[in-house]
Amino acid sequence: MPEFELARNAFGRLVLKNDEGVHEGVAPVRAFPVTAPGEGVALMSAQGRELAWIASMGALPDTTRILLEEALREREFMPEILRLVSVSGYAAPCEWKVETDRGDTAFTLKSEDDIRRISPSALILTDSHGVNFLIKNPVDLDRHSKKLLGRFL
Amino acid sequence: MTAPLPEFWQAETQTRLAPGEAVLAWLETDLDAQLRFSRGLLLLTDRRLLAGDANGTWRDWPWRQGLKIERRDHAGVGHLELTDAASLLAAWHYTLGLDESARRLAQCFLERNAASSEGREPEPCAVENCPGCGLPLPAGHALCSACTLEANRPPSTWTLLRLWRFARPYRNQLLVGFLLTLASTAATLVPPYLTMPLMDDVLIPFQNGTPIDPGRVKLYLGGLLAAALAAWALGWGKTYILARVSERIGADLRITTYQHLQSLSLEYFGGKRTGDLVARIGSETDRINVFLSLHLLDFATDLLMIGMTAAILLSINPWLALVTLLPLPFITWMIHVVRDRLRHGFEQADRVWSEITSVLTDTIPGIRVVKAFAQEKREVKRFSDANAHNLAVNDRVNTVWSLFAPSVTLLTEIGLLVVWMFGIWQVSQKEITVGVLAAFLAYISRFYGRLDSMSRIVSVTQKAAAGAKRIFDILDQASSVPETAKPIHPGRIEGAIAVKNAGFRYGNRTVLSGIDLSIAPGEMIGLVGQSGSGKSTLVNLICRFYDVAQGSILVDGADIRSFPIGEYRRNIGLVLQEPFLFFGTIAENIAYGRPDASREDIVAAARAAHAHEFILRLPHGYDSLAGERGQALSGGERQRISIARALLIDPRILILDEATSSVDTETELEIQAALENLVRGRTTIAIAHRLSTLRRADRLVVMERGKIVEVGRHDDLLEKQGAYYRLYQAQTKQMEGGEGEDA
Repeated sequence: MPEFELARNAFGRLVLKNDEGVHEGVAPVRAFPVTAPGEGVALMSAQGRELAWIASMGALPDTTRILLEEALREREFMPEILRLVSVSGYAAPCEWKVETDRGDTAFTLKSEDDIRRISPSALILTDSHGVNFLIKNPVDLDRHSKKLLGRFL
Repeated sequence: MTAPLPEFWQAETQTRLAPGEAVLAWLETDLDAQLRFSRGLLLLTDRRLLAGDANGTWRDWPWRQGLKIERRDHAGVGHLELTDAASLLAAWHYTLGLDESARRLAQCFLERNAASSEGREPEPCAVENCPGCGLPLPAGHALCSACTLEANRPPSTWTLLRLWRFARPYRNQLLVGFLLTLASTAATLVPPYLTMPLMDDVLIPFQNGTPIDPGRVKLYLGGLLAAALAAWALGWGKTYILARVSERIGADLRITTYQHLQSLSLEYFGGKRTGDLVARIGSETDRINVFLSLHLLDFATDLLMIGMTAAILLSINPWLALVTLLPLPFITWMIHVVRDRLRHGFEQADRVWSEITSVLTDTIPGIRVVKAFAQEKREVKRFSDANAHNLAVNDRVNTVWSLFAPSVTLLTEIGLLVVWMFGIWQVSQKEITVGVLAAFLAYISRFYGRLDSMSRIVSVTQKAAAGAKRIFDILDQASSVPETAKPIHPGRIEGAIAVKNAGFRYGNRTVLSGIDLSIAPGEMIGLVGQSGSGKSTLVNLICRFYDVAQGSILVDGADIRSFPIGEYRRNIGLVLQEPFLFFGTIAENIAYGRPDASREDIVAAARAAHAHEFILRLPHGYDSLAGERGQALSGGERQRISIARALLIDPRILILDEATSSVDTETELEIQAALENLVRGRTTIAIAHRLSTLRRADRLVVMERGKIVEVGRHDDLLEKQGAYYRLYQAQTKQMEGGEGEDA
């Protein structure tokens, strides 16, 4: 059982109550957003201090978990690329049209350096505005997408 | 005036706006509440805030006292929140590309608030739009960042045409080279032509019983020799001139690129790997060079030869010529197809190769860590894995590759066979002579042999184009600290610094926001705070290594962006945590910022920096070599040399970025004494981890997570028991704990 209570106030901010007091504007942060999103979520105060550590999201009571998941959804933004629709060129800079788990979008890739491998399989693409896109495993993409991605790997 | 709304929203908005309602600002958002990509619109009018989403749901909030819009961003997403005193009313989300528009809307909302509380009519907020895409522009930029990117888009073979800029100065030589190429190619085509009369007028009549005419034979053989000599001389001339020119083009390219690289801001270097930049300027220019002097030249020669041969063949016998030339395109196409298959393999091999080098570049600089953690075996395994991968890929490529050369030969042999067949038939029909057939065979065996090298031009060109693109990538990179068009010359500044509402972001992380600070001439400011609190960034902004994203920095009352960068920096002395010494003598290193300094000046600076004595103890005094491969100097010694370097340029503003952090306490005392000489009479900003080193500071500025939280004297701040007190407590506790050194 967690030693804290979590609620949302009228301003939409998360409020955490524990032995030390009440903290407003708490933010949940995943420790391993890519490799283990379900494990290790920290609750950070507005000043950037860790207030609580949740080893596993699954062990939380439902109300807290739903609240946290909702907050994480609002906070985390790393669309996962499911399919590449088109890529405007063979070398960066170029325009990518993609389908992601958060809908279709297009972005500009400034240079090949903005494609980074963060685990043996996963890639992170950073667009010209600093938004990160995730490709969990390039091998799982369809042929067309793989071919497009192959231009840059 | 506000920019016109996107087409998508125009009709809908028109019906919603009341008559006479004026739009002050708008923002097209691209994320919904669940942060899914979806368009929405946020309109600020003189009466209300109106918002619509992609499903056609519209809401509005009539203007009233107490409404507030706040903007914040995290991980590449910006949020606008509308609140009143009691609760959150609504929130909108967008990707950071739209941040500028969102800021404007929030700003406009503020102005609207101010206007109505003063009883004025609200005015539309002025917006300057990017001529490229119509989005609002960051202040002071000609094009928005997305459009500057757009402007240098084409990474295609056409990129090579941009090299013309570098070839232009040599156009006369290039013309001569071209004429020579034409002439030498023509000369090489004479010998096959002479086989014709040799066959028909000498050899075949002889076989039929006519004696050989020595005069004729001499004439033809003389012609062969003359053609060979001419081809030799002309070929030498063309290669010499064109190789010379291309070497010069390559050199110009290298120099221009390096020059441009030096003018780029630190932001650019921060995002690049050193090895990559070295490779671009070194090997890419060389690759382009080889392409120009070798491949392109050969290709042009081949093309000329095929053109001329075709003309000659057609003039001798059009039918046989057609049969001879017909398989040409087909063979070329076949070769191209095979090559295309190979290319993919070669690219893969290239990539695997870079995998191998990256293992090397990763581990060799980190060898101490590898050894300390006894991970040699693992690193060897990593390397051998990469090697095994390389072998596998290359084996695959070689299977295809080994087939390639024989296939080309086969194709050309088949081409020859066709010519033989048709030729023999024509001879039998008495349409051509044996001599003509011999000449044809001599001609085509010449250029069939060239087909392979010609087909290579495609991939070579692509590689050169990629190289050219990488070079132009650097050349097209506009410095993110642009030189102003109408500069104010700062001369020797007084040293008054005013930071006004400055903000800065690295990628999608806000590092500084709302910084306000003014520093009087000659004042010493100590910047303290945990690492990552934005101290170094603030200093980098003051040095103009980066430009502020919002707000401004004024020196002596003028925006530092209005100064020519070089002239401004001449007023700044910088002493860093890890002083960098270039390879050269100690004296050269001290005089780095003022190469014309006299020896007396250098010695005086070294004395003031307390470096004189240890320099004299070195085997060659001031002429000892420093830097990589040079004299081994301790951290404190290097630091004192860098202090002397800063002293010598006599700067008005002095930046000490953790100048004493990497040395032990005793050395620190020595450096401290040197620093005191340096600080005297100059506006000084010192960043220090150890608070004790800032005792002499006139004011301390405490930073926390990108904001200034406290400003004041040491004693006052201690009394306040705020952020500084906490930092100070933490350090004293640590000292008492006996650790003494950096946390």
